[in-house]
Formats: sequence, structure tokens, C-alpha cells
Amino acid sequence: MEPYNNHTSIAALMNRSNVDTDQIIPKQFLKKVERSGFGAHLFHDWRFNDDGSDNPDFELNKPAFKSARILVTGDNFGCGSSREHAPWAIADYGFNTIISSSYADIFYNNCFKNGILPIRATKEQLQLIANEINSHEGCSLTINLEAQTVSTPLGNNFAFEIDPFRKENLLHGLDDIGLTLEQIDKIDEYEQKHRRLYPWLWT
Amino acid sequence: MKKTMYEKIWDSHLVCEAPGQAPLVYVDRHLMHEVTSPQAFEGLRNANRKIRNPHSILATMDHCVPTKDRELPIADPIARKQIETMADNCRENNLNLYDIKNPNNGVIHIVVPEHGFVHPGMVTVCGDSHTATHGAFGALAFGIGTSEVEHVMATQTLPQVKSKTMLVQVNGKLPKYSSAKDIVLAVIGKIGTAGGTGYVIEFAGEAVMELTMEGRMTLCNMAIEGGARAGLVMPDEKTYEYLNGREFAPSGSQWDTALAYWKTLPSDDGAEFDTVVTLTADDIAPQVTWGTSPEQVAPVSGSVPSPDDFNDEGKRQACISALDYMDLAPQTKITDIPVNLVFLGSCTNGRIEDFRIAAEITKNHKVADGVTAIAVPGSYKVKKQAEQEGLDQILIDAGWEWRDPGCSMCLAMNGDELTPGQRSASTSNRNFEGRQGKGGRTHLVSPAMAAAAAAAGHFVDIRNL
Ligand code: SF4
Repeated sequence: MEPYNNHTSIAALMNRSNVDTDQIIPKQFLKKVERSGFGAHLFHDWRFNDDGSDNPDFELNKPAFKSARILVTGDNFGCGSSREHAPWAIADYGFNTIISSSYADIFYNNCFKNGILPIRATKEQLQLIANEINSHEGCSLTINLEAQTVSTPLGNNFAFEIDPFRKENLLHGLDDIGLTLEQIDKIDEYEQKHRRLYPWLWT
Repeated sequence: MKKTMYEKIWDSHLVCEAPGQAPLVYVDRHLMHEVTSPQAFEGLRNANRKIRNPHSILATMDHCVPTKDRELPIADPIARKQIETMADNCRENNLNLYDIKNPNNGVIHIVVPEHGFVHPGMVTVCGDSHTATHGAFGALAFGIGTSEVEHVMATQTLPQVKSKTMLVQVNGKLPKYSSAKDIVLAVIGKIGTAGGTGYVIEFAGEAVMELTMEGRMTLCNMAIEGGARAGLVMPDEKTYEYLNGREFAPSGSQWDTALAYWKTLPSDDGAEFDTVVTLTADDIAPQVTWGTSPEQVAPVSGSVPSPDDFNDEGKRQACISALDYMDLAPQTKITDIPVNLVFLGSCTNGRIEDFRIAAEITKNHKVADGVTAIAVPGSYKVKKQAEQEGLDQILIDAGWEWRDPGCSMCLAMNGDELTPGQRSASTSNRNFEGRQGKGGRTHLVSPAMAAAAAAAGHFVDIRNL
């Protein structure tokens, strides 16, 4: 995985709450057995008209948001299905950061496995950012993961919380499985105990 | 210290807590289906890693399988490739797979309990959010992403952040014709779809313990729709009786060892939960969702709300867009909403008792003109059982279609879907925009309510039948 670097990028505003993973990547695209190429279908049903042309009313189709890397969106983002195709599509489209007031649990976990930083802001902070984007579409935010801050063009600065291990892994692009396998002795040891305590699971 | 059931399972499955890393939790059972696993197998192969414990895995094919003409090759080439990939992956790795032709085939969360694969106190995962279903057995069961599927295959563990605990206490007795589905819709209506985020919910109280195992599965299944990581019901005599004699359940002296362990699992008296929510079952009427989120729900005797009924600006906006998508006017009586299609099935309500109640309501009532009614058993076992009881004939005589098992219209990936503007009464779990087909409008209900809607062509208050 690519390490997550500090960056200043255009932020796109999608002011909707409870955006579910069925909207992020509709089910007709889940039949593929590869991990790549899902960005073309991100938000498919909102993004495209029935004839396949761009829907000009959809937020992300605004020219000002075209090269955005930061997605600013409403409450409970990523609810619904566990499909990792959702963060795959988001990353493949070009986003590496999401700012919302809350995320569904599985989606939140899935982001970190794909180099996406999901920032939890307060409702007030989110409103402030949304206001700045609304008054100047195409403006950029600066994300500093080491310092855990978001800075806006008008000089607003927010700190955000993140689990220290998730931050480390993201900053260094670490492979979770590799990290866990460093604990292989502990897993072996636990498994011995497990066989003794729950023998019926091993027959 | 007094512990909740969640804390007991967590503590007994903690492998280690390496400094600077998340606690590592051991996984006992790993369930799989064709949609969320292929990329995990590929990742494993690319990294030259092996599956640590193939016996911990049970796999099925359910999401994109056709529910009719099963003997023909799958028409959709991409779906066919996904099915073939699943079969290849399972064969290469020597995994237990109930493939499309296997008499044990069905929806993952239906077949796993049928074979007694998940037991109380076990950590169970699956690349599927409705894994929460298995909490009905007092197992800690939750959905994971594909990277985590790979992680579990390679290490039999997962780095996890400990959840907070929520007790949902449902006191009193459930009225006749209200069901587990109505309890869980009422809970979600109360706490909201994000109300359980960060929590594991334990369902308790007289009305919960009165439910059958099937009912408890329906309840825990939709814990995820309330945002929770998992749902739990403590194991009791019903749980043990259900498991006894099933293929993967312990037997002989191991049964006694297991039983002794299971009996230590229920939350200690006086154990503290981070949040407690209380409901009175006697007040729970049959529920119908009117919007595009499971929290947008009303009792059948009620009406569609107006945006101004919501103080919260987000909920007000959500109501406006839901009414627009659902093409409903505020104040419409729920019983005045017509339906074109009825879907009975899914891992929420695709079990034998769901078909029994649907057949009971359907008896001597033809499907209304202009309504298509589809019954999709959750598994071949459910299908066979229903046929032995003659439930299929009651439904077929009334004009229902009787299909082969699969997820079918729950997520409409296999070709069974709503056309734009069609309106369904569905026993599944999600009413999101487009979930059952682009432009389709979904109302979530219990099997009894679905059967009644099929006969009437609109929602009816089954308590008045
Ligand atoms: S029936 Fe529906 S919710 Fe259940 S596993 Fe299948 S698609 Fe998912």
C-alpha cells in the first residue's frame, strides 16, 4: 500500500447523509473477481443518466470538483453492505480522504486497508468546511495526518482523532497481514490453549 | 468484575495486544460467499500465503445464483465467472463448499445455522454485513471487508477495536401477528440507523427469549441496520436444543464439555452496559418502512410522515428525498399504499417459520390482480421442508411463484429485480434507493404482512383480518 502523505487538494462537497454502499457502488458491478477498475462506476446511479451521459446535477460532476482528492459528505457515510468494492471505487476514482461526521463501522475499517483516510469531524466543523466550499467551489484543504489537522483556505484549523496504530499503518503504508504475522508465536500459543478449551471445534 | 456476554467472548478470544497495534482477536468460524471472497484468494496467492485453518471455513454460493432454471448454465457471463472462481478457489484450498447444485446450498446465513456450524461463544466472521445473524446463538458474529477476509484466511485472527455495549431490553409479550421483524424495525426506528455505531447490541427481555431460534436470527440479522457491529442473544435451552444433533455440533462427551462452557456465557447479573434501550413488546404493531432507510418506518396503523415532523435538519432533508424517491405524499395512510411485487425470502426472513406464517395468511386468498408474488426459500433444506408441509402448494395455488434458494431480490444481483417505479412489499432488510433494482421502491415488512399485501394489492393491518 502507498504511504499516506500530507497534501493540499481540492475538496468536493456531497451534502447527503446515510450514503450507503449500494449507492457508492451498485451491485451490478460486484460480479468482477478483480480489485481494480471500480472508479468508473463510483456513484453510478447518481452520476450517470440512463443513456450513460453525465448527470449534470450530480455534485461530483461539477467541473470545479473534477480533480478532487477529498470528499466532504454527511452523516453515517458508507452504511449498508460490507462490500470493500466501495472503498476500492472511491480510491480508484482518485479520493484518498473523506471528511464526515460519522461512518458506518465496516466501511470505516475498510478505508484503512485501501490507503483512504476517513476523518471524523464534528457537525459544526463539517458545516464550516461545507460553507467554505459552497462559497468557493474548487477550493483546497490541507490534510496533515502526522499532526492530525485539517486546514481550510480561510484559515480555519481542526484537529481530528484517529487510533494511533491506524495512523502509523497509513503513514507507512504497512501491510496489516505482515504485521499480524510478526505475532505468529502468540497465535500458535493461543491456538494450543484453544484446542484444549474448545476441543469440539477441532474435530 | 461482572461481565457482559460480549466482554466474556472478547476476553476469551484475545490473542495478544502488541504495543502500538490493535488487539488481535482469534476467529473460530469463517463463512464465505462468491461476491466478497475472490479478491481475497487472489491476494493470498499473490503473497504466497496459505489458509491457516481450512476447517474453520464454510462456503456457499448465493448472491448471483439464478432462482429458476438452475439446470441451465448461468446466462450472465460475469456472474458465471464469479461462480466458477468460487468453485476453483474452494477446490484448490480444500474448503467445504455448498455449491449451486448441492442439496445443502442456500443463503450463507441460512445454511450455516442449519448445519450447526456456529456455536455459542464463538467469534464468527464473513465478508457480509448480515453475519450478525449468528449472534442469535450467543456467538460474536460480524461482517468484514475483503482485505479482512484475506487477513483471517492467512492468520486466523483480526486486529479489532473493542466495541461499546448496548442492551436492548424488550419487555412484555409480543402481540399476535407481530414478529421478530417488527421488533427489530421498531428498535431501528427508535435508535436510528447510526444509533448502534460503535456498539455490540445484546437483545434481552421476555419478548426476545420467547422468540424461536429463527426469530432470534431475524432480530440479530438486522442489528447491522441499526449500525451495530453485532447483535447477541444469550444462549438458553432453545439454543441447545436447536444445535443438538446437527452436523457440526459437538456430540458425545464433547457435547457436555461444550454445554458447560456455553452456560457460562450469559451476561452476569448486574453487568454494566454503556447504553440501555427499553421497549415494550405489547406496543409493537406490525411495521412498514415508508422511506429509503430502515429507520424510516411506521406502524401499519400509521401514516407516512411529513418532513416537518422532524426537528433534526438532516432527518427532515432525508424525509424530503425519501418521499420524492418513493413517490409518496405526507399523511398517506400506510394501508393505502399499493404494491406491485411481493418478495418473501432473504437471510432475514427466508426460514421455515416465515413460509409457515405466509402460507397461513395466504390460504384461500388469491394474489391480487396486477401483483407478482415471489417466494424464495433461504435454502434447499427450507424448500424441501416447506414442500413436505404442503406450504408450496398453498402459495402456488394462490398464484405465487415458488423458486430455488438464493439472495434473489434482496439485492437483485441475479436478475430478479424491480423495474423502475415498481413498488414492493419485501421481507428483506434494506430499502435503500435502487437496492431491489434501479428506480424500484421497497417497503420492508414481516412475512405475514407481505403475504397479506400480496392478497390485497396494498398493505393491510393483519390484526384486523
Ligand atoms: S439475503 Fe440479502 S442480506 Fe442476506 S446475504 Fe443475501 S444479499 Fe445479503
